[in-house]
Amino acid sequence: MAFTTRLEDFVNWGRSNSLWPLPFGTACCAIEYMSVVSSHYDVSRFGAEVVRFSPRQSDCLLVLGTVVEKMGPVLKQIYDQMLEPKWVISVGVCASSGGFYRAYHVMQGIDEIIPVDVYVRGCPPTPEGIIYGLMKLQEKIKKGGIVRARDRHKVRGK
Amino acid sequence: MQETGTKLGESKCPELLEAFPQAILSVDDYLGDLSVSVRAADIRPIVHFLKETPSQCYEFLMDLFGMDYEGYAREMPGRFAVVYGFYSYSRKARLRLKAFLTQHEIDSIHDIYKAANWFEREAFDMFGIHFKGHPNLKRILCHHEFKGHPLRKDFPSNNYQRLRTALPSTEL
Repeated sequence: MAFTTRLEDFVNWGRSNSLWPLPFGTACCAIEYMSVVSSHYDVSRFGAEVVRFSPRQSDCLLVLGTVVEKMGPVLKQIYDQMLEPKWVISVGVCASSGGFYRAYHVMQGIDEIIPVDVYVRGCPPTPEGIIYGLMKLQEKIKKGGIVRARDRHKVRGK
Repeated sequence: MQETGTKLGESKCPELLEAFPQAILSVDDYLGDLSVSVRAADIRPIVHFLKETPSQCYEFLMDLFGMDYEGYAREMPGRFAVVYGFYSYSRKARLRLKAFLTQHEIDSIHDIYKAANWFEREAFDMFGIHFKGHPNLKRILCHHEFKGHPLRKDFPSNNYQRLRTALPSTEL
């Protein structure tokens, strides 16, 4: 028996079903993410359950919570340390836009410093919301080419 | 600057008034919440008095923070104040001390109360109040690249500042 497919589709199928998440948890969104990886919501059904706490071993950065300006350079450094191919999910309104922290100390969206693939709404998002974001990312990976993140994205305002 | 109808002579802190008649600007005793406003220049002898005098015996510095009275409804003795919250375990008494600044500076009390060390750094960081004699007066909450003092009334709330480096552990 033989299957025929394009190399690109085959690679993307593999990538999308074996994401290795790196949780950058700074607030309550990270608590929701704990539910996502636990047995009740069970993100292993989507092939993204092997959470790594090293940027060298992961390819899907989940920013879960408020990122203050002081934390900005740390987040950028962690993103830069991840190997290609890599993707970013911005979970919750704080990471996506600053949320209700409209003040000098909070970054008004992490896309000011790193490219973001999927934004998950909510304060905090439900576990279903985070899984939906992950599925959207899988769709995106399956549709995309085999190219580097810096060619796919631009940081906001640049 | 009499804050309520209490006359200075009727106040609940006669020892303090007797010891520092010139330094004390007003005394407020609202609902048993004793609050004394003083000149910043005399802060060290007053704080020392409150801690060491047996009739006062305020062993515990609960809090220390800055205030910015820019645009305040009433005329105050100075734009900035440093507010000290004292508690006496032995007497179960509280005292709020407000020191009004004429310049942006006041003497540090870190050697009288060790708790003042980080509180004074916070007031310096947030308000730009300089504590003379502080051993390590540098920012405690904001990044060392940060410009300005964010709790001043004239600091714009949307003054976002992109920082270049992660804070080294030595700066924490």
